[in-house]
Amino acid sequence: MAERTVLMVSTRKGLFLLESDDARQDWAMRGPFCEGWPIYHAVLDQTTGAIYASAASEWHGAAVWRSSDLGDTWTLSSEGLEFPDTQMKLSKLSGIAAAHGRVRVGAEAAGVFESRDEGGTWSLVSTLDDQPGRTKWNVPDNQPPGHLGMPAILNHPDDPEHYWVIIQGFGVFETEDGGASWTPRNEGLRADWPIDEPGVGYCVHKLVMAPTDLDRMYQQNHVGMHRSDDGGRTWTEITDGLPTEFGFAAAVHPHDRDIFYVIPLDPGHGRCVPDGRLSVWRTKDAGETWSRLDNGLPQRDAHVGVLREGMAIDAYDVPGVYFGTSTGQVFASADEGESWSEIASYLPAISSVEVATVAA
Amino acid sequence: MAEVHLQPTLPPLFDGLTRRVDVDAPTVDQAIDRLDDQWPGLRDRLCEPGPSLRRHINVYVDREPAELTTALGDGSRVDVIAAISGG
Repeated sequence: MAERTVLMVSTRKGLFLLESDDARQDWAMRGPFCEGWPIYHAVLDQTTGAIYASAASEWHGAAVWRSSDLGDTWTLSSEGLEFPDTQMKLSKLSGIAAAHGRVRVGAEAAGVFESRDEGGTWSLVSTLDDQPGRTKWNVPDNQPPGHLGMPAILNHPDDPEHYWVIIQGFGVFETEDGGASWTPRNEGLRADWPIDEPGVGYCVHKLVMAPTDLDRMYQQNHVGMHRSDDGGRTWTEITDGLPTEFGFAAAVHPHDRDIFYVIPLDPGHGRCVPDGRLSVWRTKDAGETWSRLDNGLPQRDAHVGVLREGMAIDAYDVPGVYFGTSTGQVFASADEGESWSEIASYLPAISSVEVATVAA
Repeated sequence: MAEVHLQPTLPPLFDGLTRRVDVDAPTVDQAIDRLDDQWPGLRDRLCEPGPSLRRHINVYVDREPAELTTALGDGSRVDVIAAISGG
């Protein structure tokens, strides 16, 4: 069956869809959707075909947009998106994930909400109250820039109750009972700052799992790239060979657990690609060695950044890799990163790129 | 009956909502409730838990700055205005 490739590009001024066929050479853009609301993250639920986009408007608050027809029509809901504890203020929604008939979205202040009616209504699952250091998470002085709260949720592909979350500046936490209890999963990570509470206080930017081996995870951390071979229970640093230890975006190959992509950035204030040369770095041996991929990417005066949800990879036999920049360009590779082309040039600042394939 | 004038970012979010709506309510808070009865979710776009008006939402009654508790009279004009925010 012919397939349609859909990129969901979340920006500061709404969501855009870039679409192609399975060749992924020619792209057409639609949007902006979601009335121009700032969109942090958007995903497609492969079971229902619905797109969900987490949004936060300076005027109208936080809500989740939903489209069941690939962007032709949209609804939004924030029913239930509030903390019963009035000391906790919901300022924005961040990472969103949809699977197993559940849509989960992370919030700031740090908490996870869930919908079991396709985004119509929401209920608070957890604010991880019993975790070490939890009382400090939502103190404004302790929060990293961006104030993302819970910027990512990673679902287990087979178990609806099992998932991982990132708390910005504090680390990875795992639940195997739907959010009733949590375990920090930061053993082996590095921190270049004092750790007040054992096991937490690590700055995890992006967490991915290899579809071919659910024990194999990678993370781009504030300080270093890291790999886990035991489902996140322990981590080993694999930074050697990369131009910097800092970055946000990461993607893992859909068919080979040892292939993994990152976009290293200058760790200073700029947080752009080093030397104005845009490149993606790939390992084919689980981080033992790294190679630079820049064929078709600008190699001078390209002072761009890519944020933590800014890179995605599709699941074709020869996977396509995509990333969006903080200055509104989208780059695509249909050959696993060997060559790249710019498929959008003038979008608003991009916060996330996700890809899905649907029947044409 | 108060005459409510809404900012242009609201009607696209709710089927049938227009920028001008007539509402019979004794306060701003209850006027927003009446609007929410007809367009569920609208209150959430204007108010935070508490309740209070969202930080960048300003309400004026008969051209004077108003709060949720501000009283409305027959013929009051209510303007809901978004503060200048962002770029």
